[in-house]
Amino acid sequence: MTTATEAPPPASADAPGGRARGTRKRLVPYWLLLPGILWLVVFFAAPLVYQASTSVQTGSLEEGFKVTWHFAAYWDALGAYWPQFLRSVGYAATATVLCLVLGYPLAYLIAFKAGRWRNVVMILVIAPFFTSFLIRTLAWKTILADGGPVVGVLNSLHVLDVTSWLGLTEGQRVLATPLAVVCGLTYNFLPFMVLPLYTSLERIDPRLHEAAGDLYARPVTTFRRVTFPLSMPGVVAGTLLTFIPAAGDYINAELLGSTDQKMIGNVIQSQFLRVLDYPTAAALSFILMAAILAMVTLYIRKSGTEDLV
Amino acid sequence: MAVLRWLRRHLVVLAGLGTLGYLILPNLVVLVFSFNKPNGRFNYAWQRFSADAWADPCGVADLCGSLGLSLRIALWATAGATVLGTMIAFALARYRFRARPAVNTLIFLPMAMPEVVMAASLATLFLNMGIRFGFWTILIAHIMFCLSFVVTAVKARVMSMDPRLEQAAQDLYASPAQTFLRVTLPIAAPGIAAGALLSFALSFDDFIITNFNAGSTVTFPMFVWGSAQRGTPVQINVIGTAMFLIAVLCVLGGQLLSGRRKRS
Repeated sequence: MTTATEAPPPASADAPGGRARGTRKRLVPYWLLLPGILWLVVFFAAPLVYQASTSVQTGSLEEGFKVTWHFAAYWDALGAYWPQFLRSVGYAATATVLCLVLGYPLAYLIAFKAGRWRNVVMILVIAPFFTSFLIRTLAWKTILADGGPVVGVLNSLHVLDVTSWLGLTEGQRVLATPLAVVCGLTYNFLPFMVLPLYTSLERIDPRLHEAAGDLYARPVTTFRRVTFPLSMPGVVAGTLLTFIPAAGDYINAELLGSTDQKMIGNVIQSQFLRVLDYPTAAALSFILMAAILAMVTLYIRKSGTEDLV
Repeated sequence: MAVLRWLRRHLVVLAGLGTLGYLILPNLVVLVFSFNKPNGRFNYAWQRFSADAWADPCGVADLCGSLGLSLRIALWATAGATVLGTMIAFALARYRFRARPAVNTLIFLPMAMPEVVMAASLATLFLNMGIRFGFWTILIAHIMFCLSFVVTAVKARVMSMDPRLEQAAQDLYASPAQTFLRVTLPIAAPGIAAGALLSFALSFDDFIITNFNAGSTVTFPMFVWGSAQRGTPVQINVIGTAMFLIAVLCVLGGQLLSGRRKRS
């Protein structure tokens, strides 16, 4: 970094001619970009292209794989794993909505109500990050354990009867059901919702709230007409930061769910690391990538915050 | 009636505190269960109090070795991503050039890509090039996905910087190198620090990308993952709790320091 960032050409008079200096100056940003961009092209972009070609290969581990433009991998993958795809989108969307509903009051609390406690609450939101998320996800196994206090309370309030009827839980247990997986996803990605929400709420001038109050807006109206619209950038950023990783996640489904809750990430992982069927794994992750990019683009267009990128 | 009115007035605060509780609860469980003495191999049900694990945090085979490896990878990945990312951020914040939109997209994409997609495609590349999985492949992957976050953090800081400060330095006959070291870098430092801290946390805690690109090398998250299948030692909770406490102490210490500096 030192060599390149100190490179802005010296403005001294003994520089060798105006044109050479101009060229060198124009090249400065490219020198700054070169190593990092090269890294991303070689280890991020090229692998994606390479993977696209893997997905149309046929063969086996013993004979080697060849590109045969075998698009059947896509049809086979979709035909065999469409339930996991739908489940991933469904779980991720549910978790995203839950994150928004749960995260908004917390972000609001930090931005407007916490006062001198603001830093403490902020630390409590960020600090869990420093305990490995796998350990924290495993803790949910204890919290939601069969016959544990949480299941006991839900049971005595007949909540589990309702969720069983909705197909979210099975019988008297929460673990190894969709509810447990969605609960884990919501928990794991909640900070990614709270932080951008807080950032956009904190920018709102509190005098706008007072002005709305002076104009006889009730608190609910103030929120609906002033606060929420102004926090839209945070809502959009937060939902993206929650939905994208949640849709590709396989840790929560693996640790908190059963075989009936497998998401597409689980399939890609086992095809790649256990079955060693690379073309299928490549086709599946290519479909996942395309679907998410399409959804994200559409969402950004719709919400009108294209300057996000 | 009064209770209802109080509830209604403080509804937002109560809901926010409820969410905070939801976020903190697992950490409390991890803390409490670090003092457990489980009967079987799994530390999921409370049996009886014991501080054995705290007395011997490295008492499980390979646990502290994997922790050391994760720390080493996180430090190197942070160094690499911070240097490369800061350079890109300066180029984007300070210069106008034709490839800007393409560069912006290339920086944004890794953050908008599910980890499992990046993980599988990078592993496919390594496999086909015959590169052996291990420390280096993990490090390469970590620098790759931390880069974008550093760029975003540093770019925001440099863009909000008043360019007149640097002009002032030049007017006072500072050389470009002096201007950079004495003016630009100190102002950009909080952004660089934020990017580095984020890189460290992301790299240290990464599981998905590491799992695809590690081969038989075991980092700390991979050790935890394996233990979820084989049996969870209490020591995992000890290390999780210790990490949590160290982080809280560091943040609190930093707050105290910056508070004192502001006052003086």
